Amino acid sequence: MDARDLLDLTDQLRTLLGDDAVITDHQRLRTYECDGLAQYKVVPALVVLADTTAHVAAVVHACAAANVPFVARGSGTGLSGGALPHADGVLIVMSRMREILEIDRPNQRAVVEPGVINLQLSREALPQGYYYAPDPSSQQVCSIGGNVAENSGGAHCLKYGFTTNHVTGLELVTPQGDVVQIGGKAVDAPGYDLLGAIVGSEGTLGIATKVTVRLTRTPETVRTLLAAFPHTDQAGAAVSTIIGAGVIPAAIEMMDALAIEAAEAAVHCGYPDGAGAVLIVELDGPTAEVEHQFDQVEAFCRDNGAFEIRIAADDAERALFWKGRKSAFAAVGRISPDYIVQDGVIPRTALPEVLRRIAAISAEAGVRVANVFHAGDGNLHPLVLFDDAVPGQSDRAEQVSGAIVDLCIEYGGSITGEHGVGSDKAKYMPRMFSDDDLDTMQLVRCAFDPSSISNPGKIFPTPRLCGEVPGRHKGAHPLADAGIAEVF
Amino acid sequence: MGDVIIENLRAATEGQAAVATEADAVDRMPPRWVAMPDSTEQTAAVMRVAADNDLAVVVRGAATKLTWGARPERVDLVLDTTRMDTVVEHAAGDLIVVVGAGRRLDDLEADLAGSGQWLAVDPPRRGTVGGLVATASNGPTRLLHGPVRDLLIGVTIVRADGVVAHAGGKVVKNVAGYDVGKLLTGSLGTLAVITQAAFRLHPLPEARQWVSVAVSHPGGIHALVQQVVHSQLVPTAVELDRPATGDATLSLLLEGIPPGVESRTNAALDLMGTGATAGEDAPGWWGAEPLVGGEVLLKLTHEIAGLAHLLTALDDVCAETGFTAHLRGSVAVGAVTVGLAGAGDAHALARCVESLRMRAPSFGGTVVVLEAPGDGKADLDVWGPVGGLELMHAVKRQFDPGRRLAPGRFVGGI
Repeated sequence: MDARDLLDLTDQLRTLLGDDAVITDHQRLRTYECDGLAQYKVVPALVVLADTTAHVAAVVHACAAANVPFVARGSGTGLSGGALPHADGVLIVMSRMREILEIDRPNQRAVVEPGVINLQLSREALPQGYYYAPDPSSQQVCSIGGNVAENSGGAHCLKYGFTTNHVTGLELVTPQGDVVQIGGKAVDAPGYDLLGAIVGSEGTLGIATKVTVRLTRTPETVRTLLAAFPHTDQAGAAVSTIIGAGVIPAAIEMMDALAIEAAEAAVHCGYPDGAGAVLIVELDGPTAEVEHQFDQVEAFCRDNGAFEIRIAADDAERALFWKGRKSAFAAVGRISPDYIVQDGVIPRTALPEVLRRIAAISAEAGVRVANVFHAGDGNLHPLVLFDDAVPGQSDRAEQVSGAIVDLCIEYGGSITGEHGVGSDKAKYMPRMFSDDDLDTMQLVRCAFDPSSISNPGKIFPTPRLCGEVPGRHKGAHPLADAGIAEVF
Repeated sequence: MGDVIIENLRAATEGQAAVATEADAVDRMPPRWVAMPDSTEQTAAVMRVAADNDLAVVVRGAATKLTWGARPERVDLVLDTTRMDTVVEHAAGDLIVVVGAGRRLDDLEADLAGSGQWLAVDPPRRGTVGGLVATASNGPTRLLHGPVRDLLIGVTIVRADGVVAHAGGKVVKNVAGYDVGKLLTGSLGTLAVITQAAFRLHPLPEARQWVSVAVSHPGGIHALVQQVVHSQLVPTAVELDRPATGDATLSLLLEGIPPGVESRTNAALDLMGTGATAGEDAPGWWGAEPLVGGEVLLKLTHEIAGLAHLLTALDDVCAETGFTAHLRGSVAVGAVTVGLAGAGDAHALARCVESLRMRAPSFGGTVVVLEAPGDGKADLDVWGPVGGLELMHAVKRQFDPGRRLAPGRFVGGI
């Protein structure tokens, strides 16, 4: 976009939204240069603050007409650079659209604007005995719209699933600027499962301007324990025993010695001294079940070598257990100036083996790796520690990080369990998927956004030329055109 | 030219292709050939033959739901998946299975039972894994364990142009790339051929109890369902069976460990009141389609709290049009099936469906005709209004620009 086009577009958007909602001042633009992954920074050409669906549709429509890329941003807490702005594009900030439109207890649904904060919805629903189940660690600040884009999970998704399992309806502004209603409070809308495609598409298929979500009944009982083990091997074995016994806890989280050290330094969570690993296991549900299985879990932990088990007596103690875990990423800042967070997934049973191999990679490269993870579903969050001020460390950390990704793929896992691909992991996608796999995914992209203006450059390392603009497709079959197929 | 095509199909499948017989008709449309590939590679070869010759392809598993949707505009080739029936991987410790699309669900259940696990779609049936995904035919336990879309974690597909692609994987938690599996779930074979699917599994419960009670008036049924969904019973399923005449039955399935199920069964008996009974056996009608034979089958969705409106609307429309309706389904989810019987011709059916759709806003749902005998579908739009139809057309144009996969079977003539 050249300077003149930018001026034209700015004028248009000022007319549409008002002067206050359009930011052009460079200093103010810079506050939007990154999301939760601060190592990537791009100053957007223009920022607009949307207040209504009509605003979003008007901005997207103007972008489409001028063929200018746009990026939607919620609270900007994402960890994969999914909301990284485009230098020649418009950043559409959704956080002013933050009204909970409806809490519909009889239907177990809520309708919210995308800027609504995740935890705020649960707080509003709680007096009626309900909450919103997906609980990313950033839930105090992250937005539901961002959760929709990233298909966010959280510690409790082991039992309750991810965002995609809890969204039943969306109002979507398409990359052409049209407003489309998909699904609603009822399930199983006829036709293709567009919700399934859109949730987790990282803002590349349009912008959600209204979200209908399922609300979950608060459990009758919650019990939480913290078990300390000499080594991650024993903690891993305890996890396998628990799951193998048919117990599905609400959450099973693990931290290794280095992660514990960081958490202690940051929030003084008081985890047991000398632990090589701690597990936090939380069970919830009907009282009779939970009490019985909680005793089982405690025994499984002891059988597998736990040297100390603490049981949360009340909500305050439970909060303390979780405090160490939920603050782990930030806490690592106390023991290392810089770090890379990985988000790979492995089959749960491979946990002990993969942790040993991560340790070997770490030792060989001389790069420390702290491990914090959702052990129940094999979602690792290795934190690769380095000091950017020391020449060569950053490169070595990047190599270790890449080697861990390869390890996850080797064991049949995934490069990302919940943080998304975004800008950060697009380069890893070809390690997990073939060209044909990626090409097939991009067919979906082409259907929604043939001009590739909705958050371009994310997810896919190489954009696909769509070849078709809706309503303009005429002529021979593309395969016949390409000489691949003949027409008889 | 036909000779060349059958030869090419045979070459693609090591001889497993034949000229179709009457028994291969799809919703009374006679195909010309049937191909039975035994692998993803063979399926790709078959799809390339289809692409080269512009053959319309209908994918068939056990053919239990082959007549769902509108009748295809044309069918040249039936692609039978039943030879792709191997369990590729069952990682019991990871609670996942990767299985060929042609494996029957009852066989799969037997495969997994030895490890104390199951694919949480009940009851066991002879339909195939691929058909399960293509039709999104959920069972009662979707209330707790989620619908098919949520159990599916990875797919291998062959596109209309013969390209093989994968999406998802074999770990439950995975956000790498688009969830193509969800897009294919319920697509009735109009986007691609599914050759392999990966699912998350659940442990088989140690104890099960069904708690049932007779119910009658729409208002009373609604009130009881509301009490159940807001309770702490955590039922695995809540099903209503409401025959055309006489009392209806509301049944809860409670699963878990024996002491937990016992305590919740007692609580459920209290909540459901006089006449409620508990037992270890499922009611005979559990999870079956409400069809005696040859009738019309509808799928209705509703807001959970719209149940009374749905039942009233159904009663009103039946009184108006002379049909009788047998409703059965997951009323705590908001998805039920209805068997219509005793009615007149296709025109009468169209009127009945139209009338139900007029009332659909009252229960916040949709009305789809899954099956109708004879020419029953001739006069009506089986799908009804669809939100986001333009986007769906765009998806179809990308995946199958030549409209060779079951053309006309899906929404909006897709």
